[in-house]
Amino acid sequence: MTDNAKKKAYWKENIRYVLILLAIWFLVSYGAGIIFKDALNEIKIGGFKLGFWFAQQGAMYVFVILIFVYVRIMNKLDKKYGFDEQ
Amino acid sequence: MNNSLILQEAMSVQTWTYILVGVTFSIYIGIAIWSRASSTKEFYVAGGGVSPLANGMATAADWMSAASFISMAGIISFAGYDGAVYLMGWTGGYVLLALLLAPYLRKFGKFTVPDFIGDRYYSKTARMVAVVCALIVSFTYVAGQMQGVGIVFSRFLEVDYNLGVIIGMIIVLFYAVLGGMKGITYTQVAQYCVLIFAFMVPAIFISFQMTGNPIPQLGFGSELSDGSGTFLLDKLDGLSTELGFDEYTQGSKSLIDVFAITLALMVGTAGLPHVIVRFFTVKKVRDARKSAGIALLLIVVLYSTAPAVAVFARTNLIETVSNQPYSNVPEWFKKWEATGLITFTDKNKDGIIQYVADQDINELEVNRDIMVLANPEIAGLPNWVIALVAAGGLAAALSTAAGLLLVISASVSHDLIKKVINPKISEKGELIAARLSAVGAVCIAGYFGINPPGFVAAVVALAFGLAAASFFPAIVLGIFYKRMNKEGAVAGMVVGITAMLLYMFKYKLGWFDEVLPDKSEWWFGISPEGFGTIAMILNFMVSIIIMKFTPAPPLEVQEIVENIRIPNDAGEASKH
Repeated sequence: MTDNAKKKAYWKENIRYVLILLAIWFLVSYGAGIIFKDALNEIKIGGFKLGFWFAQQGAMYVFVILIFVYVRIMNKLDKKYGFDEQ
Repeated sequence: MNNSLILQEAMSVQTWTYILVGVTFSIYIGIAIWSRASSTKEFYVAGGGVSPLANGMATAADWMSAASFISMAGIISFAGYDGAVYLMGWTGGYVLLALLLAPYLRKFGKFTVPDFIGDRYYSKTARMVAVVCALIVSFTYVAGQMQGVGIVFSRFLEVDYNLGVIIGMIIVLFYAVLGGMKGITYTQVAQYCVLIFAFMVPAIFISFQMTGNPIPQLGFGSELSDGSGTFLLDKLDGLSTELGFDEYTQGSKSLIDVFAITLALMVGTAGLPHVIVRFFTVKKVRDARKSAGIALLLIVVLYSTAPAVAVFARTNLIETVSNQPYSNVPEWFKKWEATGLITFTDKNKDGIIQYVADQDINELEVNRDIMVLANPEIAGLPNWVIALVAAGGLAAALSTAAGLLLVISASVSHDLIKKVINPKISEKGELIAARLSAVGAVCIAGYFGINPPGFVAAVVALAFGLAAASFFPAIVLGIFYKRMNKEGAVAGMVVGITAMLLYMFKYKLGWFDEVLPDKSEWWFGISPEGFGTIAMILNFMVSIIIMKFTPAPPLEVQEIVENIRIPNDAGEASKH
């Protein structure tokens, strides 16, 4: 692969991962925590109504996981294309 | 006898507070002396060699302000479900920051946010617009921190409010002016430890007391430990509806408004200059990604505890005061009544406290800040825990204030003086200018802290809307859209921030009408706090439309964009 083609491929793959992760980001917060909150509130886990739990707890935990998943994916991707830093 | 006992106890809370505040302040000053900055690079970005863990801790302390520490749990305990806008809004922004901004801005490797805007959009106009936006956002924000310092001093140490602000100013001045970003970074690491310890200890005590579970995050979803078998949240829902409030887990804002406010806060978080600039301080692109993750993890420790504290405090408050005779109220009630944060007016003269939603009958007004400040007293915790809250509140306010002051001084000394007014200024001259502008910024912030203009408190929450409406689209387009040019970006920022300001003037401050317009007049039912979302969309649309009709950016700028997308050869944050 030429240098330029490599950069293009790297960027394309990066964008794909970012879009997938942002879709999950949107689903847990705006989806589970806001739009579908009332439906999810029908389900109870312990003392928590599920929609309420996502809005005040769950979404935040998923955010943290998303960033660390992104860190791992990108470190691998950098290596794959030889763009990792010394 | 009884009196002297009370006196003794009051003394020892104060003694504890003096000890804890004294010890933490000496630590901050010690760090400042140890980490003096000797070059502009050290002053602006701590030399560019901060480890991801230290940067994560510093970012977390920088981010969690007096509002997060003192006010947020209280706001949630009165807003119930609606409080989620702050919880999700102020954490979700870090996902955007990590995925869309931090690694690329680190690769770009300059000193300030206007640096990026100015270089990427090859224009002094763009840089100046960015400087003005950064100053508006940072000043509204920093005034609130100084107020926080004054409040903690006056309530816990019985020091005069103004003197409290001045003591806070001197401390910040000391380490921000001496150490610049380097001093700020390492004091913020210490401040994170202080504030998180101070927030968690009372929460764990109270969680254990009320539910038998020491982990607050689980405790507020557990059954009460009184043996009734009722879940704490069900009990609070019941108490709330009984008194005529909305059900705690339901909230009262409209869906579209909750949506808009959450998005505005998220995007605003990602666009705040004092947060972005922290990612210029690490060595490598991969460190920037990692420290964003660490920062969010450390922030979520406090943010996931806050809603639990909110539920404990609200339940405790209702149970202790509602329908109780005024003559029987506990000691803490009288103490905080003296500060004016709790007021009781016996409207029907029956000597019993009516605490209900109906404003005609309600006799009790409770300031939200009490939910954190008085929480340990309400739960009857030991004196040193009560004192800890003061040290934690001060750590939260000072760390955020310092981060903001650095943005302000860098905007003046680097973006204005070095880049526009006097490009020939020497390294030494710029460092002096940076220190002098830090002094100036502290004095202005202190002035606003002592003489808060009536609208500051109302406007602080809107700093996020302003950041969302201006920086976020310009930076994201600058990275992900190579064709974006200066005409589009400048027009977008100007239209975005103007729209946000006008909406704020009209619907939040009521400057254009005789009286503040009613909620029913809001556009699409969106509150001023949520309007940042609309202004951001406007910014994106204007940028793209104007860009279509104007020439593409020069080739060397397109090369910059190509270059920041690839992580290696990041180099260190370069001098220029």
